[in-house]
Amino acid sequence: MRAAVIQFPGSNCDRDMAVALNRFTTKKDPVKMVWHKESGLPGNLDLIAIPGGFSFGDYLRCGAIAARSPIMNAVIEFANNGGYVLGVCNGFQVLTESGLLPGALMRNSNLKFICKNIQLKVETQSSNFTSCYSKNEIINTPIAHHDGNYNADKDTIKELKDHDRIAFSYVDNPNGSMGNIAGILSENRRVLGMMPHPERLNDQMLGGIDGNRLFQSIYETLVTS
Amino acid sequence: MKARVNVTLKPGVLDPQGAAVRHSLGSLGFAGVDKVRQGKVIELDLTENDPIKAKSQVEDMCEKLLANTVIENYSVEIL
Repeated sequence: MRAAVIQFPGSNCDRDMAVALNRFTTKKDPVKMVWHKESGLPGNLDLIAIPGGFSFGDYLRCGAIAARSPIMNAVIEFANNGGYVLGVCNGFQVLTESGLLPGALMRNSNLKFICKNIQLKVETQSSNFTSCYSKNEIINTPIAHHDGNYNADKDTIKELKDHDRIAFSYVDNPNGSMGNIAGILSENRRVLGMMPHPERLNDQMLGGIDGNRLFQSIYETLVTS
Repeated sequence: MKARVNVTLKPGVLDPQGAAVRHSLGSLGFAGVDKVRQGKVIELDLTENDPIKAKSQVEDMCEKLLANTVIENYSVEIL
């Protein structure tokens, strides 16, 4: 698998993401780290990951300034051409701000930064990010965010539900998200945005390996395609 | 030329910060506040001198960056 991680000023899960992805890359072709001021991407990429953190200090709105960075034009073009894009936490906020995913992530309903392990329900197995999970499986995943309260108009929520585009939902909603939504897929199912952190859950020493199967799912898709 | 942008949450979008402010006002003894909606004000100094052009530029800025039109409305005042 050939993957890149985009780095913004204030990204802080970029190296964790690279470690998680490098389990599925070759030594000869490891994850490329791409600075936000670049205007082009490395060639022949399979997957772009937009990591968690506090890009641009969360100024204006979380992810708003990162979404207008020079590199994002190339990321949007990559996604529009059918490339795989994963956005985690701040990365999810960047994806909604850039228009690659619908809706918006607002301040948590209790107004607090929430950092804890929560239970996550896998809502669909039919995506190349979730094929190694079972539908309705419950996994334990860390969350760490202040603005994870997913909000969209009624038509968008209906569209997401009707077309099986909700990838993950919260078992016990921590942040007020509509429909308990924790992660959603794009229309072509190749862009995934999620607030929980699968890259923090890929080693028994870190408390579990449930997050690994997300990366394994995409890896197996690419190997067999 | 100066411009002021008011960004507010769209009607119907929950505003937990506004709700917390309303609660705090109530605990300070300010009775009779039914609802609080919190927004933001952005002031810009522009080199443009034509108010019509300036307004059109700032509206473009709102659409592209200053407001998230999924959840927010904006209004532009040229000062």
